[in-house]
Amino acid sequence: MKNESRGLTIFSHIMMFIFALVCIIPFVLLISASLTDQDAIVAQGYSFIPHTFSTAAYEYLYERGTDIVRAYGVTVFVTVVGTAAGVAITALLAYPLSRSVTPHRNLIMFVVFFTMLFHGGLVPSYLVYTQIFDLKNTIWALIIPGLLMNGFYVMMMRTFFQTSIPGALIESAQIDGAGEYRTFWTIVLPLSTPILATIGLFECIMYWNDWQLGMIYITEPQLFSIQNLLNRIMQDIQFITTNMSDNSGDAMQQMPTDAVKMAIAVIGVLPILVAYPFFQKYFVKGIMIGAVKG
Amino acid sequence: MEKAVMAAEALPGITYKKKENRYRKYSPLLIMMVPGLVYMLINNYLPMLGIVIAFKKINFTKGLLGSEWIGFENFEYLFKTSDAFIITRNTILYNLLFIVLGTALAFICAILLNEIKNKLLLKFYQSVITLPHLISMVIVSYLVYALLSPDTGFMNRTVLPWFGVEDGISWYSEEKYWPWILTIVHFWKGVGYSSIIFFAALLGIDEEYYEAARLDGASRVKQILHITLPILTPVITMLTLLSIGRIFYSDFGLFYQVPMNSGALFNTTATIDTYVFRGLMGSGDIGMSTAAGVYQSIVGFLLVIIANYVVRKASKDNALF
Repeated sequence: MKNESRGLTIFSHIMMFIFALVCIIPFVLLISASLTDQDAIVAQGYSFIPHTFSTAAYEYLYERGTDIVRAYGVTVFVTVVGTAAGVAITALLAYPLSRSVTPHRNLIMFVVFFTMLFHGGLVPSYLVYTQIFDLKNTIWALIIPGLLMNGFYVMMMRTFFQTSIPGALIESAQIDGAGEYRTFWTIVLPLSTPILATIGLFECIMYWNDWQLGMIYITEPQLFSIQNLLNRIMQDIQFITTNMSDNSGDAMQQMPTDAVKMAIAVIGVLPILVAYPFFQKYFVKGIMIGAVKG
Repeated sequence: MEKAVMAAEALPGITYKKKENRYRKYSPLLIMMVPGLVYMLINNYLPMLGIVIAFKKINFTKGLLGSEWIGFENFEYLFKTSDAFIITRNTILYNLLFIVLGTALAFICAILLNEIKNKLLLKFYQSVITLPHLISMVIVSYLVYALLSPDTGFMNRTVLPWFGVEDGISWYSEEKYWPWILTIVHFWKGVGYSSIIFFAALLGIDEEYYEAARLDGASRVKQILHITLPILTPVITMLTLLSIGRIFYSDFGLFYQVPMNSGALFNTTATIDTYVFRGLMGSGDIGMSTAAGVYQSIVGFLLVIIANYVVRKASKDNALF
């Protein structure tokens, strides 16, 4: 029996090791390909170990880097503002819904809940945000539509407030003379950092990874986020040569096209790969919190 | 004291007064909710009204109200083409495959994780297998491109020559490979994530069950089959039914980005979401795509209701509402 149990453990290790390898390997290919000489790529294709090592792709991107820097600026701005605003309005809506004294609580709960069941769809949303609110080609188009808040996060936060903040605590604060705002700010919020961090992290990832809003609402290259820039470059590698300062035919010839494609993807994904070890703990925990509620 | 006297004097109005007081007393709570509710009104409820445009001939210069009514014409056109069938079939079949196989894989993966007692390695595996979930579909499409690019991809230049195939395959124009490719990419990205959800449920199982089984001489595999599986069945059923409720929706990024929006792959990669998107972006028919969007909203809604009804019948606690 002992042997059988150990056998299963070893089997688990082997399987999980293979799975982990499969998860990482494509990134290795990506990074290796971006560091390979253009001629070697033409001759041998992308491979896991560079046949001829070269940083030409990165040098090329560094020289023509203004678009990339600006795209990063857009992404960072959208992520920071979107996440902060999103978490704030989610918490402000979720907290009163967790209090039994709130007037019309059930009606408002239903209003929130119904948005999880029925969607107007893409075309009506597009019309609302372009015809009623003139968001097309503004930075707000990358922040407001769809991502700012959703019913699921409101529900998750409400459940947290209900189960993790003792009602007696709120009551005693109010007996001591604290008003509703003050109770929320000085008692409830400090006790809610786990859920605020979880939802904040999820929103951060959503904003950082979003490319759909940019594709729908943005046509001006100055407002491209890093994802949209990647997207554009993949569709047409020439975009980079026509939109970055020097536009001579010479530059086109020298451009290490195939390696640049991979290098720019590396630049897009690197911040996440670097930051992941620091926040992975919260990410995995966040999935579990969501799951238990689920 | 004064208030009590006043209330007693105005006896018929007493309930009204009470209500008014309650509003005044809790008005901060109501005010707090305003930003969120305004957002939902704009972001969710206005577009719901907007579905009437499916019954109009859309004209962007005339605007929403100016466009003329044409009744069910958009729907008629949509269902006359083979598109409606193809996108419905693809959306449903891919989802069914993802639900059935995905649940099985995630469950197995969670069980394997549960067998690993080394805390450090467990953390390592958990973080690595959830990593793909964190990456945007744009990046994923680059990863797939590095493997499948016809001229420079790892498959065509390295893997296929091992098997004596020198010509390579033009992956981005051959539709027959895509059900496999999309399925693999979907699981690569999602199995780790969903296995953590199951793993969280596994952690909740009382250790005593296993202890008792061990005393009775049950092997580890038997414990999994006769303790873990039955305990998790309700969770699995509920998650499955809820995903069936969302069977009309697809992961837009997967079906749009990963095949690089290639028209040659329409038959095996188009779903309702990509169809609606192409219509809006001008490479398709806007009227028909709006009709497809409404078709998706309404059938999707009915399916959620039905799925929830079924869950509710089985176990009230697991139902969504």
